[in-house]
Amino acid sequence: MSDPKIEGYQFKPGFKGMAADTGSDQTMFKGVHWGKAMMWIFLLSDTFVFSCFLISYMKGRGSTPVEWPNPSEVFALDAFGVPVPLLLIAIMTFVLITSSGTMALAVKYGYERNKKMCGWLVLATALGGLTFVGMQAFEWSKLIHEGVRPWENPFGAAQFGSFFFMITGFHGTHVTIGVIFLFIYAYKVFAGHYDGEGKRGWFTTMRGDYVEIEILGLYWHFVDLVWVFIFAFFYLW
Amino acid sequence: MDETKKKEQSSTHKIGIYLWIWGLLFVLSFFSYMVDWYQFQGMLRWSLILIFMFLKAGLIMAFFMHLFWERYALVNVLLWPMTAIACFIFLMVAEFKYTLFTRLLYFFVGG
Repeated sequence: MSDPKIEGYQFKPGFKGMAADTGSDQTMFKGVHWGKAMMWIFLLSDTFVFSCFLISYMKGRGSTPVEWPNPSEVFALDAFGVPVPLLLIAIMTFVLITSSGTMALAVKYGYERNKKMCGWLVLATALGGLTFVGMQAFEWSKLIHEGVRPWENPFGAAQFGSFFFMITGFHGTHVTIGVIFLFIYAYKVFAGHYDGEGKRGWFTTMRGDYVEIEILGLYWHFVDLVWVFIFAFFYLW
Repeated sequence: MDETKKKEQSSTHKIGIYLWIWGLLFVLSFFSYMVDWYQFQGMLRWSLILIFMFLKAGLIMAFFMHLFWERYALVNVLLWPMTAIACFIFLMVAEFKYTLFTRLLYFFVGG
């Protein structure tokens, strides 16, 4: 991924490389695709957004004298007449991890310029994400039927609903945007936009590169990463 | 072009490492679900949740997001801001304890 425009630049590993990077002129991450660096910066800012949500949830839950609804009862699902705690959430977690794994393999095959494997794996990731959003829609409608609102719910502290809809809604939005882009990029891979045969992408005169799949992968893994924290703090705690 | 191709190839990793991490993530998710299944309570529950959470997050960031192989400058740019989040958490823990205290005092004891 070394940028051919920077002549005489040699990447050094370890702390020496870090000193060279932070002390270098003009650009800090020399040789890194600009899109990748910007995606990391975006993900860092997104980390702060989700942290603020989860911290405000902690503050809201910790400061109410009313008992908090028990998530393993609220999110239980009847399977063959027996209520299983957190069943849907567990399935959602496994679906998201599965799609994260296929994305990681898609990035690997992308760098090996294996168009078919990469495209199919990106498509599989998109389908996994779609399944996740579908199950989340089911979960939302189930809770809304049971009377959970942002301002009240029949299970306990009134703040529960607002934090639930805010946090899972924001995460679901991220997943939805990711799914849309996964479908677009699956098309782009199959259409050969990254094979360097002179094909151009939409709205651009630049040649595509498989590094774009890695950038998309960073976003998708981040969505999975956020779910790890939501699963731990909202559903298990 | 040949040179960039060579460099790109050196940045890919064997498929085994991804499958291993994938499997570990499944196992850790299963364990964290078991924490709820067996209804562990108190410190045991919270510490197990946090351990599995940080292990999963670490594995995803290190291997799926390639941070383990990335240059230190990027790793440091990403991880040091997390200390600000940690500070914020500590501040808000103090805050919610105070809010809870005043609510209990004025709602139930009576100021």
